[in-house]
Amino acid sequence: MNATIALITLRAMLGRRRALLLFALPLLLLMLAAALRITGNADLEVSASVLQGFALATVLPLLALIAGTGVIGPEIDDGQIMYILTKPIRRHVVVVTKLVVAIALVVVFAVMPTLMAGLVLTGMTADLAVAFTAGTLVAGVAYGAVFVALAVASRNAVTIGLLYALVWESLLGNFAPGARSVSIQQWGLSVADAITSTSAVEASVRTPAAVLLLVCVTVLATVLAVMRLRTLSVAAAE
Amino acid sequence: MTTLRLENVSRWYGNVVAVNGVSMTIGPGVTGLLGPNGAGKSTLIHMMGGFMAPSSGTVTLDGEPIWRNPEVYRRLGLVPERETAYDFLTGRQFVLAMAKLFKLPDPGAATARALALVEMEHAQNREIGKYSKGMKQRIKMASALVHDPPVLLLDEPFNGMDPRQRLHLMDLIRQMAAEGRTILFSSHILEEVERVAGHIEVVVAGRHAASGDFRAIRRLMSDRPHQFLVRSTDDRALAAAIIADGSARGVELTGKGIRVEATDFRRFTRLLPRLSKDAGVRLWEVSPSDESLESVFAYLVAR
Repeated sequence: MNATIALITLRAMLGRRRALLLFALPLLLLMLAAALRITGNADLEVSASVLQGFALATVLPLLALIAGTGVIGPEIDDGQIMYILTKPIRRHVVVVTKLVVAIALVVVFAVMPTLMAGLVLTGMTADLAVAFTAGTLVAGVAYGAVFVALAVASRNAVTIGLLYALVWESLLGNFAPGARSVSIQQWGLSVADAITSTSAVEASVRTPAAVLLLVCVTVLATVLAVMRLRTLSVAAAE
Repeated sequence: MTTLRLENVSRWYGNVVAVNGVSMTIGPGVTGLLGPNGAGKSTLIHMMGGFMAPSSGTVTLDGEPIWRNPEVYRRLGLVPERETAYDFLTGRQFVLAMAKLFKLPDPGAATARALALVEMEHAQNREIGKYSKGMKQRIKMASALVHDPPVLLLDEPFNGMDPRQRLHLMDLIRQMAAEGRTILFSSHILEEVERVAGHIEVVVAGRHAASGDFRAIRRLMSDRPHQFLVRSTDDRALAAAIIADGSARGVELTGKGIRVEATDFRRFTRLLPRLSKDAGVRLWEVSPSDESLESVFAYLVAR
């Protein structure tokens, strides 16, 4: 962890125009939750489907994609990464710092709003709010690591990430149940399922397996990002 | 004493060879890396800066490999060609951040010193995004100098600078060299290089074509046969006079004038006015027809 890199990264992230997206999506989630609560439609089943379908399956992957690729992708594209790479700083420090910033952004703009939306919808009923907060947090960490690694490895990280989150996890998951087991979203859901007592949440992956997979993917993605950054040549960046 | 050494370095991208078997040693003082665009200068600088692995051969700083060795950056400053810095930071914030990344004991003082060195104190509190090209170049210099490195690499530092900024940067480079630093900069303009660099390395088409001080390089360039196109009131009479004198090895009468291949550049340029006067011919035009840098380089490589 390097405070200087973290600070520059954070300023770059929040200063960019697409930072607006960071605010828009969670705001939409909160507005939806409030509307359901006010109109009296916030029963456990509806609340669970909002938290699962919108918070965990839409807001989280999109925000993690913006944050994960945003903390390092543009810097590699524009060549500013040279200023960091020409310092006596070990590459894993750079990657871990970028990852921590990405996770912090995901926590502020996806995990916290999920908690707030859950509380607005159901209060503390069936621990639903807490369950999805934990689910989005662990899934958010894994998404962050994967998208940071993707941004170091490819200039098309955003496209690949979108394809994975939207096509693989959302679409294929609906048609091919097998694809569901290889999905960060489902692993996160499994963690939420273990915490809440309601049967409205049903995960397809068993919790111990889900936790193990989340840890493995996070570690593997981070290691790959470090290795890739170590041999990042400017030729690829120009 | 800090020495940058390239030993039999090659670099290829797929089937394209960018740098081919280059060996050179760069010691204290200013070295100019001269070559036409696309000659492999940037590839060489990137390898010296540790941004790219040589496909074969070694690049070392005082015997230590540069590739995959972030510790060398304590002794190496690099000014990349691209202008992009962190545009949302002010000049001072940027240099200070770099000082902190180097973990210098007193980053504030180092920043002030670097900003003073490049004379950018007046603009230090403005955002880099609002700087002119020359100011960006100077703030990049400050960021590369903040840790007082013995070796400084600059990739095309004069590109896009106006003449005044150019002179200032040249002074700065000379001053850095006078302090005992090893400085290498790339350029495709001979005049630029010979004004600052005590030593010149010429690369053409990925190969090391020539090496020496600017006088040696100049000599190589002026000793080659020069082609001139001469137009006059009586081309035929002038051609006869040139042939009779013997300072040219070929004279050709063309529709547009006389094409002369002079063997001795200096002698010929001094001789021509007298010859034409003696022959009673008035000169309309004398123009070198192969002065492009590429042709000069091509000649150097062919040797």
